[in-house]
Amino acid sequence: MNILFRKIKYLDRSAQSLIEGELLVQDGKIADFGPSLGAPEGAEIIEAEGAILCPGLVDMRAAIGEPGYEYRESVSSAAKAAAAGGITTIAVLPETNPVIDDPALVHFLRARGEETGSITLLPYAAATRGLAGKELAEYGLLQQAGAVAFTDGSKPIASSRLMRLALSYASGFGACIVQHPEDAELARGGAATAGPRATWMGLPAIPAAAEAICVARDIRLAELTGGALHFAHITTAEALDLIRRAKEKGLKITCDTAPPYFDLNETAIGDYRTYAKLSPPLRVEADRQAVVAGLKDGTIDAIASDHQPRDADDKRLTFADAEPGGAGLATLLGVTLARVQNGDLPLAQALALLTAKPAAWLGIDAGVLAKGRAADLCLFHPEKSWQVQAGSLPGKAQNTPFDGRALEGVVLGTWKAGRRVYG
Amino acid sequence: MASMKHLLGIEGLNPASVTNLLDLAESYALLNRSGKTQRDSLRGRTLINLFFEDSTRTRTSFELAGRRLGADVVNMSVATSSVTKGETLLDTAATLNAMNCDLLVVRHKSSGAPALLAQKVGASVINAGDGTHEHPTQALLDALTIRRNKGRISGLTVAICGDIAHSRVARSNILLLTMMGNFVRLIGPPTLLPGAIAVNGVEIFHNMEDGLKGADIVMMLRLQKERMTGGLVPSPREFFTYYGLDRKKLACAKPDALVMHPGPMNRGVEIDSEVADDATRSLIKEQVEMGVAVRMAVLETCARSNQ
Repeated sequence: MNILFRKIKYLDRSAQSLIEGELLVQDGKIADFGPSLGAPEGAEIIEAEGAILCPGLVDMRAAIGEPGYEYRESVSSAAKAAAAGGITTIAVLPETNPVIDDPALVHFLRARGEETGSITLLPYAAATRGLAGKELAEYGLLQQAGAVAFTDGSKPIASSRLMRLALSYASGFGACIVQHPEDAELARGGAATAGPRATWMGLPAIPAAAEAICVARDIRLAELTGGALHFAHITTAEALDLIRRAKEKGLKITCDTAPPYFDLNETAIGDYRTYAKLSPPLRVEADRQAVVAGLKDGTIDAIASDHQPRDADDKRLTFADAEPGGAGLATLLGVTLARVQNGDLPLAQALALLTAKPAAWLGIDAGVLAKGRAADLCLFHPEKSWQVQAGSLPGKAQNTPFDGRALEGVVLGTWKAGRRVYG
Repeated sequence: MASMKHLLGIEGLNPASVTNLLDLAESYALLNRSGKTQRDSLRGRTLINLFFEDSTRTRTSFELAGRRLGADVVNMSVATSSVTKGETLLDTAATLNAMNCDLLVVRHKSSGAPALLAQKVGASVINAGDGTHEHPTQALLDALTIRRNKGRISGLTVAICGDIAHSRVARSNILLLTMMGNFVRLIGPPTLLPGAIAVNGVEIFHNMEDGLKGADIVMMLRLQKERMTGGLVPSPREFFTYYGLDRKKLACAKPDALVMHPGPMNRGVEIDSEVADDATRSLIKEQVEMGVAVRMAVLETCARSNQ
């Protein structure tokens, strides 16, 4: 099946600006693009005036409930949500049951992704066996099976000794350790970021310093071992400063953040709204602004959905008892585009944070429009708007912290290897 | 009287509504003393005391208040051990809705539990203490007790001492006292006194003698035993030495300063018996008496707003 996209805008890779033109897909691959292409016979023609065609988004961090927590999200329901959000590749966390710490499970998840026909699943494997934080997982075998990096998911690798070992051992395979940056002791039992709000709401609190302390320690350990280290969902000004300096030093340090941390602050927890209970917690406004600055100046390497599916029983509890985590697949593009609309980020930079940059970090052939590449595409209209509504999101998980938020940027269609999977 | 469907906290009240509640409570206090205790303004109404945490005195106080107004009172105590998941909380809410309960008095270990229930039930929800968030009827009864003894509830210096960090009583009192125009001093060791709690009109002290200087009211808080085992203070005797109220420390306050405690007291930990039992200085018994009157006022006001 051949497709010719006409009257669309796309980002020219070198010029970093929007060009009006056409893009041709042949045999599932990007065949050509330019100001004007002839339509081959029998090609489906898609005209979308005003719409932007970009590479399918590459979400470098999402949890899916499969295997073990399918009541929250299964691979097929996540694939639906992803397609509706313009996402064609997802790196998935190993916090499943069983934990992804065995090569067979890595194969299983990759295959489950392929079965959907709409997403590529790239599994992270556990950094420590069973995510127990005691002993290293089999990095070599897991990597060979297709694991993209090693992480304990939503749990920090707490022990300094073990973190040193992990970074050191992984470096032998050229593999990266992904850390949930939070001092486990300081964060224990916490439900909100420390400050007047948590104090007056009577909520157990996590100081912002819990993030910086972990980041400072791990940067030092990366330096000691020469290992590659990635910090997931950075949320504080102080941690970003540490990462900025480490990068200047030339250390192999990268980081990402997620839409809630540059779009919302602690006030979103309002009247004990458990959908806004996240891990790490939403921070104060100054930290949110620092995250925006980190996106601007390139300290932050990617924007991930940080999708954490939860069902009603996980969330319809008192705030301290509710499970942290927010659904993020369907809103990843829209909330990021809000930073473009308000002038914080140029469009090219925002899209790169969702496509080329995470793809490069993952080391995959995706995230850029290039001839010969698989036609993983997302067509969206940047000026059409929609309203986020918990209860009517695509996929299973409805626990969005953005409930009620109006967003500009409607996904009109998503294609995986040239096959339309949404719209 | 302003409309007040729920009483979830002092936050959300204004000085006028506090004064109205205190005036109504004062009239009930006088009636209670005169022995004319029985009224029928809540006849035919159902009050459920839903306590997820043990509390004999608060529950009894609400029960008595409800009965004196003619309500049918049901006590539901849900042992904390069996409540590990909050589904129980919402399941209970569904059950209570089906019973057509009018007034729901809730105590829960988690901050925000009454707010969650208020979204799900038709009844008026009255917060009888939620986690480390608020305990509004305690602050109201403290205010009434102070007003009766000092003749006013503004322009006073009130020292609140002890475990501020984990105290819902402290939060509600700080909100109420500052809203009514008093000066609040918070006294305690830094591990039990979060700096973030300081708002306008609030001063923080780590030295009790300094904090008590010029105080009209000394309000002591209960120190939970688990705070000691949790390592926030090293030992009861060290705590008592620096933050326990005895005659010597009380002498730093104004000569006519009065002592309060929400109970139950840990004698010898936060308060010396000699002070607690001194009828000329201690308002502790009157606090309990005012508790019933204040809860009558709150129940009646909420019931009227939710007809």
